[in-house]
Amino acid sequence: MSERAAGPRTIPPEELADLRREARPPRHVGARLRRTEDRRLLTGRQRHVGDLRVPGLAHAAILRSSFAHARLTRVDVSGALAVDGVLAAFTADDLRDRVGPFVESGREEVSPLLYEKIDLRIEPLPMRVLADGLVHWVGQPIAAVVAEDRYVAEDALERVEVEYDPLPVVADAEAAIRPDAPVLHPGMADNVVVRFRVEAGDVEEAFRRAPRTLRRRFSMGRQVANAMEPRGVLASWDAGREELTVHLTNARPHLIRTFLSRMLGLPADHVRVVAPDMGGSFGTGVFPEDVLIPFIAMALDRPVRWLEDRRENLANTRHARDQIHDVEVAFDEEGRILALRDAFLVDSGAYNPYAITVSYNAAAHLRGQYRIDHARIECRNVLTNKAPVTPVRGAGRPEALFVMDRILDVVARELDLDPIEVRRRNLIPPEAMPYPMGMPYRDGVDIVYDRADFPGQLEQALKLFDLEGFRAEQEAARREGRRLGVGVACYVEGSGYGPHEGAVIRIDPTGHVTVHTGAKPHGQGLETTLAQVCADQLGVRPEDVSVRAGDTALIAYGVGTFASRSAVTAGSAVGIAALRLRRRVQEVAAELLEVDPGDVEVEEGRAFPRGAPERGLTLAEVAAAAGPHPRARVPAGSGFGLQAEYYFVPPTVTFSSGTHVVGVEVDEETGGIRLLRYVSVDDCGQMLNPTIVEGQIHGGIAHGIGNAILEEAVYDEEGQLLTGSYMDYLLPSPTEVPPIEVGHQEFPSELNPFGIKGVGEGGAVGPPAAIANAVVDALRPLRIEIDRVPLTPERLFRLIREARERKEAG
Amino acid sequence: MGRLAERRRLVLRVNGRDLEGWAEPRMTLADFLRDELGLTGTHLGCEHGVCGACTILMDGRSVRSCLLLAVQAEGHELLTVEGLEAPDGTLHPVQEAFSEAHGLQCGFCTPGFLMSVVELLRTHPDPSEEEIRTWLSGNICRCTGYQNIVEAVKLAATRAREGARV
Repeated sequence: MSERAAGPRTIPPEELADLRREARPPRHVGARLRRTEDRRLLTGRQRHVGDLRVPGLAHAAILRSSFAHARLTRVDVSGALAVDGVLAAFTADDLRDRVGPFVESGREEVSPLLYEKIDLRIEPLPMRVLADGLVHWVGQPIAAVVAEDRYVAEDALERVEVEYDPLPVVADAEAAIRPDAPVLHPGMADNVVVRFRVEAGDVEEAFRRAPRTLRRRFSMGRQVANAMEPRGVLASWDAGREELTVHLTNARPHLIRTFLSRMLGLPADHVRVVAPDMGGSFGTGVFPEDVLIPFIAMALDRPVRWLEDRRENLANTRHARDQIHDVEVAFDEEGRILALRDAFLVDSGAYNPYAITVSYNAAAHLRGQYRIDHARIECRNVLTNKAPVTPVRGAGRPEALFVMDRILDVVARELDLDPIEVRRRNLIPPEAMPYPMGMPYRDGVDIVYDRADFPGQLEQALKLFDLEGFRAEQEAARREGRRLGVGVACYVEGSGYGPHEGAVIRIDPTGHVTVHTGAKPHGQGLETTLAQVCADQLGVRPEDVSVRAGDTALIAYGVGTFASRSAVTAGSAVGIAALRLRRRVQEVAAELLEVDPGDVEVEEGRAFPRGAPERGLTLAEVAAAAGPHPRARVPAGSGFGLQAEYYFVPPTVTFSSGTHVVGVEVDEETGGIRLLRYVSVDDCGQMLNPTIVEGQIHGGIAHGIGNAILEEAVYDEEGQLLTGSYMDYLLPSPTEVPPIEVGHQEFPSELNPFGIKGVGEGGAVGPPAAIANAVVDALRPLRIEIDRVPLTPERLFRLIREARERKEAG
Repeated sequence: MGRLAERRRLVLRVNGRDLEGWAEPRMTLADFLRDELGLTGTHLGCEHGVCGACTILMDGRSVRSCLLLAVQAEGHELLTVEGLEAPDGTLHPVQEAFSEAHGLQCGFCTPGFLMSVVELLRTHPDPSEEEIRTWLSGNICRCTGYQNIVEAVKLAATRAREGARV
């Protein structure tokens, strides 16, 4: 193999360096611009899947398994078909041989480089569109009924007859790996679907030399993403042209197109996937309905829509967390962590569509901001009879941080040291940056933390929080019998995951600029921030730029929005494409102005010779000259039009970070936790729009608060979901979320031309660890240990009672 | 099953206009507004009365339109998010404050919040932060962490006290 072919085809360092030099300084970027998307969202003019009006639309409802594990002995839809208004019904029999196997994108996307570097095994396990013979979780789709309206479709579901032959249920991760556990999927040797082991440094030696060691078990309950808009899919089939159009609530339209073209046997460009306005997402994943509804539309030759209800959502859509870690640390008398061993289980539910995304994220982020050069991390993703786990805001990082920041706290209390002081002793110092972590990231590239100042971040956060003031308040409260506590958590986040994102930017005949991108905003304000980036690099005003996203017809290649990636990857693509388009405007304007292209300035949407703004041209005039037509004034051989296209392929992820400090009050009698104040200091590099950054952090923290004290998807031992409505699954409301204060550091990333790091998920990473630490601090005299979240009042009440009994027993 | 025979014409007074559609007695008010009247600004987040996304005002009081039947709304004055903006396109002070304070992200829960806040400010012109949070505890937002929603409400309340009409 030639040397040229050996390297990855990410953006070369020299090109990055050139772009960093060429990039124009931020002007609109960094400003607190009001969002352009707001008006339609505030006036009820946005369009979600459920808002679309399509003539002749039929409505689908889905029958779901009421057993966690069973053999289907009969699925009879004849009763449903007899209901007035029902058009058709579908079961696995109708799909067999007509719908290809579920694409295992998670497994296919794993970098070959990673396989070379770590010990990794992923079992193939394609999901089913409709259950065929066996059901594996409560809520799994079995049949679909299509009717003239949604009410009738739902009525008719009750006439579908299903006979189940129940099978033994595996309800949790530990049960899944018992030697006598039933193997859930035929063809597999056991219930372990992923195994990996990754090692940095010399763990054994470090443990041998360490003065002290300590081990603990930490676990995190199952959380559900809970975007406020449930999912929806609307599919239309043009039988004449053999073209499929699908509107759906999914921020990865290009990936959905891949699924549909492969599973339904269509050329990819005969499939158009559109994600209209979306009411959040908070995670990613392709679901059976995303394929089922298009299949039905084709089979019936009629537009069909399915709208998920909240009960379906809570039973199926984006379950997350659910990990058990057995962690052991070696440390010295000063509380410095010398080495770490962690073995963890991820309860993946019935399938594992995202392969190692969540579990490897947990491994890659486990050591967080701390200098621990020797580590061994072993993971097993195991299958159980629950909904499949997919990445949700944080995606493995909240679990990892909970383990790391809790064990650090345990070490501090073991040594009778201040946990905050112990953090200071373990943080990677700024002079050691960029810091290699001795193991690869999920993309196979060795992890090197970007430039940052973790100790400075902690001090800034403590100052913002007013730790001294809080300690005084805490002492005063203690004298009144009230229990206040403070907790800290320090995280890093690999953001801006590849493989790419792109932008096509055009200047139209009126001089207006439109950006097309494959990233798909669902609340992050990308229509505003990408316009800010474009405006700076092209030389126009943000209001001259429209951003269009979420449609495979707009741009050839796209990845989508998840993994705190869009500001980094799409932001870079837009910025670079805008720079190129600026060069194009310069060369066409140069022809008209009869000067050198290098002497043309582009500012505020006008092109003019340097120093002579009065001789300026509007972009409409430049566009008219660019053609295409025979009188175009373009440099020979340069083509026509004012358009630029660029796909940014980042070298690897860029690391953002954050420190959270929280103050809590605990009611010792009830186990209730009240959050008093919350402080976050983050580093997401160059901020595109600080207001939007802060909004992302606020929302992430609220999400994490839910994770820490309220939210849990609970299954019983028969695999029945006990939290199927908002009466049982508790989301944070305005009264549980305290005022949040946000501070920033801005260490620009060196892995993209504009210094951007991602910030979408970070907020959600810190709260479980920080809050648990604060509760431990509040109850210091009882010396409780928190090893699991959510820390519901009931769970904390039991911990308090046990601690009191221990204390009384002496 | 005689389903179609049960449908009847229904005229509801929405945003100051009489609007007409067809409804079975069991049709929810939210579905009627959205599917019959095309007023899709009212959103359905849970369809069991917890999330508050479908909140509208009925005779000036907030109601969950997913928990009411369309036929129950006959003879009442309804106000939905589509009725907040002035005819000349000027945003309602509460809408304006939400935009200014970045009190919305994905915007799905926003119509429900706006309607709850309009009711709050009409009944409590000078709410404290605690009153705001308690009042809005029937609306769930997954994006904003509520911080900037609370800021928006404070801003709108100030504007209302200065004379803006809520």
